[in-house]
Amino acid sequence: MVDTARNGPTMAHEEDQASRRDFLVIAAAAMGVVGGAIAVWPLIDSMSPAADTLALSQTDVDLTPVALGQRLTVKWRGNPVFIDHRTPDVIKAAEAVDISVLRDPETDEARVQKPEWLILVGVCTHLGCTPLGQRPSDPRGEFGGWYCPCHGSEYDTSGRIRKGPAPLNLAIPEYKFLNNTKIRIG
Amino acid sequence: MAVPSAHMPPAQNKLVRWIDHRLPIFTFMQHELNDYPTPRNLSYWWNFGSLAGIALVIMIITGVFLAMDYTPHVDLAFDSVERIMRDVPYGWLLRYIHMNGASFFFVVTYIHIFRGLYYGSYKEPRELLWMLGVVILLLMMATAFMGYVLPWGQMSFWGAKVITNLFSAIPGVGKDVVMWLWGGFSVDNPTLNRFFSLHYLLPFILVGVVMLHLIALHQHGSNNPLGIDRKGSQDSIPFHPYYTIKDAFGVGVFLTIFACFVFFAPNFLGDPQNYVPADPVRTPPEIVPEWYFLPYYAILRSIPYKLPGVIAMVSSLLVLFILPWLDTSRVRSAHFRPIFKWVFWGLVIDVLALGWAGAHKPEGTALLIGQLATAYYFLHFLVLLPLIGWMERPLPLPTSIAAAVTAKQSARAQGAAAPMEKP
Amino acid sequence: MRKFLLAAFALGFLGAGPGVAADAPTRPLPQEKWSFDGVSGTYDRAALQRGFQVYSEVCSRCHAMHLLAYRDLQALGYNRAQIEAFAAEKEVTDGPDDKGNMFQRKALPSDRFVSPFKNEQEARDINNGALPPDLSLIIKAREGGANYVYGLMNGYVEKPADSKIPDTLYYNIQFPGNHLIAMPQPLFDDAVVYGDGTKATLSQEAHDVATFLAWAAEPKLEERHRTGVKVVIFLVILTALLYVVKRRIWDRVH
Repeated sequence: MVDTARNGPTMAHEEDQASRRDFLVIAAAAMGVVGGAIAVWPLIDSMSPAADTLALSQTDVDLTPVALGQRLTVKWRGNPVFIDHRTPDVIKAAEAVDISVLRDPETDEARVQKPEWLILVGVCTHLGCTPLGQRPSDPRGEFGGWYCPCHGSEYDTSGRIRKGPAPLNLAIPEYKFLNNTKIRIG
Repeated sequence: MAVPSAHMPPAQNKLVRWIDHRLPIFTFMQHELNDYPTPRNLSYWWNFGSLAGIALVIMIITGVFLAMDYTPHVDLAFDSVERIMRDVPYGWLLRYIHMNGASFFFVVTYIHIFRGLYYGSYKEPRELLWMLGVVILLLMMATAFMGYVLPWGQMSFWGAKVITNLFSAIPGVGKDVVMWLWGGFSVDNPTLNRFFSLHYLLPFILVGVVMLHLIALHQHGSNNPLGIDRKGSQDSIPFHPYYTIKDAFGVGVFLTIFACFVFFAPNFLGDPQNYVPADPVRTPPEIVPEWYFLPYYAILRSIPYKLPGVIAMVSSLLVLFILPWLDTSRVRSAHFRPIFKWVFWGLVIDVLALGWAGAHKPEGTALLIGQLATAYYFLHFLVLLPLIGWMERPLPLPTSIAAAVTAKQSARAQGAAAPMEKP
Repeated sequence: MRKFLLAAFALGFLGAGPGVAADAPTRPLPQEKWSFDGVSGTYDRAALQRGFQVYSEVCSRCHAMHLLAYRDLQALGYNRAQIEAFAAEKEVTDGPDDKGNMFQRKALPSDRFVSPFKNEQEARDINNGALPPDLSLIIKAREGGANYVYGLMNGYVEKPADSKIPDTLYYNIQFPGNHLIAMPQPLFDDAVVYGDGTKATLSQEAHDVATFLAWAAEPKLEERHRTGVKVVIFLVILTALLYVVKRRIWDRVH
């Protein structure tokens, strides 16, 4: 073998080989990492709510049995939902409240779709207890809405916090009227 | 020829040095991967240990996530598995991976074991390495047995009933032992619940034993196809990058075949009867364990009496423990053992025959073959191995691994060489 | 189909001993073409809907499918209103109410398919002691799968001339063992009137209901096949790449 022939083209060929090897190594490693990430996704997603849980994420409620002035409790996503068929007097009083005095200012109109139907998530916004007021025999607090026995939060006839430690008004769930007498919550 | 080393210079990175000074994981990895000398002539038969490790990891990960949705109660278990299959996002994938993963874990482990049998990897100084391996096999079998009970199908229940009933063969205390295992008067809810607990536990004990297995391995390093010891640095190459990349390729092949089963034939290795909810009152027409238990099942049923049958089945595994002392040959690898080589393949055929027999009712031809194969199995280990070791004249061993490898390379080059051009 | 029946009859006749139906060999499984066969198989939506109709109108009188919920029918191509209508045809027990009583209400999409019987005991009582199996997994629970179920539906051939069969059992050439099954022939030509106008022959009904049952046992088959193709292609490429890198690294040694 001639000496000069060895150094020139062979060196270049080796460098060429080395860079091709690096590219392949990087390509393989990159594919491996991508594959690993794709493989991890089903594990994480398997912890998301399953189809049967999601199927119960909506509840249809027939409002006909709830007479004027009556309240109904239904279960939705594991929590109680308060349905209040409000009388015109109660509605007027709720609308008349000056919202600037409220801890969580909200007009009554903003909290209902039809004013005679007040739909609330019955979970106190303080630490999660179920406020009293659904049964006729329950205390309702001095604002006529709901009273939470755990730490004394009091809500008005629009479900707004008026007294006690709760920071926010009772939540309004997502709902829509399927017709005049049926709602779909969730 | 000196092999370019992948030796890393001492870490420049300050963070790495800070951690390593307090917990030497980087030094440890450097030692075990980069510096660790591995024979340069390992064949693809040496991939199966790492594949078994990968299979174990896959089983644990999928198992943990399945356990988030599984309910270990006789009234709810079957339906909870179906909920996983239908309602849990990717639940079907987790379940099929776990189900087929068990089979693949056994495939790679059995090949790994037979590799050890062929190349004498159980011989001095690797006796404990081998025995730890047998412990791993036993833990795998216990875990797989209990895992199969969990879906609470017909085979789950009846398989559990048959196998737990075996313990009643123990003289005197047998019946009490069985009631203790069951937690009641038959296989029922207490049994299922405790099997779930133990099925979750055993794999982690298995991981511990695998670590001991690896520590034992690293004491003297891997065996090799020639069965001769490494004599110097010319006989070995660093584990990284040579065997890391080779193992990675092996994992690729394994995952590809595994994916074909999981996605396109997920129930091929299973029994349709297990899609029928367990019925303690109705015995299925044939009670058959999963394929990886068939050889032991054949041994059990080849003897028509209960206690001897159980003893034979247990002995078939115990005999593996004493293998290093049964094989009297001073030569490790079957490459150089002309008689043993044939006898080894005889064992392979024997085990396949046992598997076939185990899948059929123990009557007629199947029973006869099962009995002959059982007899041959024990003959192999207890009679043939000691005898062959004494009687056989092994082929001459190469002087070193490097010498053998170089000889092979020059033989290949001579065969392929084009005439050199003269300037 | 007729050829099969003739062959089965001949086999049965040849095999049957006097007075006993037991000796006739089981007819080999029919090898139907299924839309869900093979690596890229999918479920024929039209067949699924027809099969569901057959199940609803015929099979559901005796067979439960408690692993399916009405909402699952979305996969068959039905919209929410149709599913609510299917569900509303059935009643489920709910409660207790505020007075402590259980009550009946119309089924919702989130409910599981309503079983025809209260419990196993009632099912056995009405069916001469036999329990009609739940069909949710029947395709995976029987050797031969959809081919077996199809063959079974078509397997009610003429029983061997001199065999004695109890009143409560029926001769079916596909049923393994002694060919005596507790289920009377469920499907006949024109047992249903298909909504899409397809002619409802026995074969067609059997094919459609088997397709529906296959879906019921493996609703994720299509997603599994789709994902599988992508995964295997990815792995083949990655493995090939790893092999090339392995060879290049090992070239240093060889």
